[in-house]
Amino acid sequence: MQTALIKPIHTNTDFEVRSLDVVDNQEPKKESILSYLKYLIMGLLFGIILVKSEVISWYRIQEMFRLQSFHMFGVIGSAVVTGIVSVWLIKKFNIKTIRGEKIQLPTKKFNKGQIYGGLIFGFGWAITGACPGPLFAQIGSGFSVIFITLLSAIAGTWLYGLLREKLPH
Amino acid sequence: MIEFLKQPWAWYVAGPLIGLMVPALLILGNKTLGISSSLRHVCAACIPAKIPFFNYDWKKEAWNLVFVAGIILGAFIVATFLSNPNPVSINPKLVAELNGYGITDQHSLLPDQLFNWQQLFTVKGLFFMVFGGFLVGFGTRYAGGCTSGHAIMGLSNLQLPSLIATISFMAGGFLMANVILPFILKL
Repeated sequence: MQTALIKPIHTNTDFEVRSLDVVDNQEPKKESILSYLKYLIMGLLFGIILVKSEVISWYRIQEMFRLQSFHMFGVIGSAVVTGIVSVWLIKKFNIKTIRGEKIQLPTKKFNKGQIYGGLIFGFGWAITGACPGPLFAQIGSGFSVIFITLLSAIAGTWLYGLLREKLPH
Repeated sequence: MIEFLKQPWAWYVAGPLIGLMVPALLILGNKTLGISSSLRHVCAACIPAKIPFFNYDWKKEAWNLVFVAGIILGAFIVATFLSNPNPVSINPKLVAELNGYGITDQHSLLPDQLFNWQQLFTVKGLFFMVFGGFLVGFGTRYAGGCTSGHAIMGLSNLQLPSLIATISFMAGGFLMANVILPFILKL
């Protein structure tokens, strides 16, 4: 029902809002407050890793785009390899969630936004030295002014939503 | 142990740990890793303004907001208890280049001379903090994901659109860092 609301662009271009993509009856009606705790802990671990590996550092991002350090390529590359092996194992052994649900992965469709938007994000990544995860981690690390950068990123997302029908996809 | 944890972590430690976020979130709750969507949920929750793109039940995606709250908390824990006592190590070539632009204070993870409240209303400050952030938010949603959603989650699931997006991220970054930023940093 909700997908029908996003009408003028008939094809979905954003596969990250699962409740719009996946119709499953197994999803429990409500997640209890306590069950959100596991996501808080996972986020906490993710935040610790992002800071300790210095991927939230503006300098690391500049080094990556100037080919002056292997660090970021190593981090992203080994993360991807680990992810590929993990997803392959999940599929191969039909591993279920802790609730016993079948694990569902979205199949993404190509649209030109992945190129145009990708380039625009690349510009922003090199300027701020941060992708969205590190923005949150920089704020948590005490760089309070990055809250303004985060607000601006939210404004950018909002403007994209406003202009979405007029943009080439 | 604490002394060890205080050191910056090598890529071969951090990378696999980041990669393990993918199966962990899938197994814990059938969730796909992706951070930039949290920005969309904030729009949907706070300022939907009858825009169709923000007209969905963001509460069903609330886990994502809890996850980013966790990131802030995790970063705070590191800054408080596990922060690296030494200045961040930077490639000497980059140090020399930045010195040429007058960016000489390089002790923390971000250059204080570019990212601070006093700089915010200068041309450079608006460019680095406000305009840069705007491009991150606009671009990630236009692309349908960011480094975590496309480069890590999407590639883990062997999605070609995610590979195209990742190549575009890198192309945009290379162009900005090598061709455009030098002019801005000279301002």
